[in-house]
Amino acid sequence: METFKLTVNCQQKDVTVDPSTPLLWVLREDLKMSGTKYGCGIAACGACTVHVGGVPTRSCVLPISLVGERPVVTIEAMSNDTIGRVVEEAWVSEDVVQCGYCQSGQIMSAVALLKATPKPTDKDIEESMGGNLCRCGTYVRIRQAIKAAARQLG
Amino acid sequence: MMRLGPTLLLGVLLLAIVSIGAASREQGDTPDRETTPNRPAGLAAWQKIYSVMSHPRCINCHTASDYPEQGDDRHRHLFNVVRGPDGKGVPALQCATCHRQANADSTGVPGAPDWHLAPLSMRWQDAADRILPSSAVCKTVSDPAKNGGLDGAALIKHHQTELVKWAWKPGLRNDGSARSVPPIDYEEFMVATREWVQAGMPCTK
Repeated sequence: METFKLTVNCQQKDVTVDPSTPLLWVLREDLKMSGTKYGCGIAACGACTVHVGGVPTRSCVLPISLVGERPVVTIEAMSNDTIGRVVEEAWVSEDVVQCGYCQSGQIMSAVALLKATPKPTDKDIEESMGGNLCRCGTYVRIRQAIKAAARQLG
Repeated sequence: MMRLGPTLLLGVLLLAIVSIGAASREQGDTPDRETTPNRPAGLAAWQKIYSVMSHPRCINCHTASDYPEQGDDRHRHLFNVVRGPDGKGVPALQCATCHRQANADSTGVPGAPDWHLAPLSMRWQDAADRILPSSAVCKTVSDPAKNGGLDGAALIKHHQTELVKWAWKPGLRNDGSARSVPPIDYEEFMVATREWVQAGMPCTK
């Protein structure tokens, strides 16, 4: 066991865990932040996506020992993020969600895309969101919502 | 006269070599690698280097395609990963989305500083994912127009980066087994690199 000092959603957190523990489980089990979801555990589905140092990151495969001093931002902070809030509103207005399990990861990836590419093309969306799977098949509405958010952000 | 013969011959030979070299440089070219005295040793060293470069740990990121490869079978990288404009993926699906500064053995994700795909100019495969022959890779690696402007000294430095060294410490797969490493060890690879550079970076035709 080892103690790690994390910055999660602008708050300092100390956690004492095995260094090999994935960030996902630190968030969910130790910090009781259950917005980030466990999907596959091998970075194959994107449900666990958070931002680490501004980089969209699959938290299920990132050992806590590799987080370092980089700030962690999760879905819980998106309502206070300029782009995150607009994306969440677009998700509601476009009625994207069906079961909803993958959607926190989808939104985290969509926000990362829009921060880098304010006016994404269909190809941009396909490539950036290609690692986020949705078993309900909401891909068409996800694309519509990203475009709606881009328009809103102008 | 009998004693002067070999000396004269050597002098003419040296003059010819210098002249050829000067002519090449006048044309903005590197010294003619066909005339390098230690060319056989250089070619032998190159074959050792090629045995490393054509290993999956290296060539999986020297593709001619829009995606990296994975595994010893060099299959297309899973999870719809794409190259992106700078070889580091696309905004929401970057190399760093999974690959960080070190191997994550507890989760099976390899990592090293500056994880990225080699540029297309440094592809060592053809469009059908077949590994290019030794001579073609050699010409690519030794051509500053393709290798990012690296001369021999810079090439040696490149081989000392953590990303290149990673090939010999590639960590564990997610089933706990060890990834394979190139057929010669890192020290032998570096000795071969220096020999090849000192020989003028010769390539077979």
